[in-house]
Amino acid sequence: MTTTAFSFNIIADLASMWQYAFMRHAFEAGTLVALIAGVVGWFVVVRRSAFAAHALSHIGFAGAAGAVLFGVSPILGLLIFTGGGGIAMATFGRKASERDTQIGIVLAFMLGIGVLFISLYSGYATEAYSILFGEILGVSATDVFVTLVSAIVILAAVAVVYRRLLFSSLDEDVAEAKGISIFWIGLIFVLLVAVATSMAVQVVGVLLIFALMVTPAAVAQQVTRRPAQGIIVSVAIALLATWIGLFVSFYVPYPVSFFITALTFGTYLFVRIWGTDDGGAKPAAARA
Amino acid sequence: MNTEPVVVAKDLAGGYADRTVWSGANFSICRGEFAAVLGPNGAGKTTLFRMLLGLETPREGSLTILGEAPKKGNPRIGYVPQRHPIDSETNIEALELVRLGLDGHRWGVGSSRTGREAARRALRDVGAEELAHRPLGKLSGGELQRIFLAEALVGDPDLILLDEPLANLDIRREADLVNLVARVVRTRNVTALLIAHNINSLLSSIDRVVYVANGHVATGAPKEVLNAKTLSSLYGTSVEVLTDSRGRIAVIGMDEPSPEHHHEPHHGAHHHA
Repeated sequence: MTTTAFSFNIIADLASMWQYAFMRHAFEAGTLVALIAGVVGWFVVVRRSAFAAHALSHIGFAGAAGAVLFGVSPILGLLIFTGGGGIAMATFGRKASERDTQIGIVLAFMLGIGVLFISLYSGYATEAYSILFGEILGVSATDVFVTLVSAIVILAAVAVVYRRLLFSSLDEDVAEAKGISIFWIGLIFVLLVAVATSMAVQVVGVLLIFALMVTPAAVAQQVTRRPAQGIIVSVAIALLATWIGLFVSFYVPYPVSFFITALTFGTYLFVRIWGTDDGGAKPAAARA
Repeated sequence: MNTEPVVVAKDLAGGYADRTVWSGANFSICRGEFAAVLGPNGAGKTTLFRMLLGLETPREGSLTILGEAPKKGNPRIGYVPQRHPIDSETNIEALELVRLGLDGHRWGVGSSRTGREAARRALRDVGAEELAHRPLGKLSGGELQRIFLAEALVGDPDLILLDEPLANLDIRREADLVNLVARVVRTRNVTALLIAHNINSLLSSIDRVVYVANGHVATGAPKEVLNAKTLSSLYGTSVEVLTDSRGRIAVIGMDEPSPEHHHEPHHGAHHHA
């Protein structure tokens, strides 16, 4: 996409790519998205809610497509639809075991609406492509600002509900007996996922959302046993994958989302094969 | 033994939604007592726990815990539910779960130092200190039950409620866990209510039985409840209680249950089909 050559001097390379506003915006938005996806994704994995995150991103597809059709920012459409979808999910499917079917039903309908909106919009291919697979190199300064506000809201909310969310994720019945409202904490959680998903769609798109929302957290949960450490590792993997993906894509004309998915998947494979923490092998005393 | 009543039920009726499952329960369980809550599936044993936890309200009568009405988030109660969303993929160390039993209901991120110390003590009390850093997903059923017990004890409660902790344990682990609960009851002077299906592993350890069946509740010392007369009256049908040479018992229904739900208890009535 550019004639600038790779020089092995990383600082100089970054300086030269940051001369372009689109690269600066991409790094800014990408960093914020990796941060929130790493944090929220850790809870998505620990709550076994990957399917809900998947569904929310698909619901967001309808919102983004609708926004494009009506000439407003796709982020706005994403936020409204994922937020509404999240509230509906929390309201209808209170018990975890009931959620799969209901989520799937809504998901199919929303994808259908998205297809309708896209077909009604004349610029079919490009817009659909960037919503489905991400277009981080196309984010505007306004998008970066919206992402920054969303990131602050998400991180502040997680800081407030952290222990309650963790407790209800790991031991719902005891948490309920301790006076935590499972409904409200569930609602707050899906709204966090809704906002995080909406932001992450900019980077990896609706279809590749798992690359940032699930894979780094799944890796983190393979290699750590404490929630705080797990969240840090999850964020670190998401950040590195995004940064390296952006960096490489500056020189190699392939999509950023491909590099990000490949990097997170590669990390996952690596820990699955070599880094499995099987628990029983290490004596407790050595870890105390 | 101290006789301070911890749980007191008066003419209590229990149920959920708009259904009364049992009624007319009168009992009190004192500090330092270990009580087994027995009865068939669906008889309303868990309902009693949910009322003690403030998650269901008594349909009739009154229920008090240390003189107060049940309330949600009561710090005087430690709870081990039947259901835990932990599977073999849960790679979180046991200590973290135990710590949440102390401060998991609080807002914010929280500092971990004091919580982790308290969690370590609770694990030591249940003989599970060596499991502190093991991932929950890799623990056996018996080890997990000890972790859950530590999670219930970490807040230093006066009453612990254990819902079917013996399910899915083999006979030896079952006996180990019962002995552990009995030891905790004695050393901490707490009151324990334990829901179980099989009475035999509990018989030598428990002080009282709360038997829930057929819409009624019978309470007393094990010998007062686990006999043909009381259980026949409770079930409304002829029930035999057989005892073997080592004191183990079997409760056997002698005929078809009577078709009417709300029977008048008439002792020794046999309805041979």
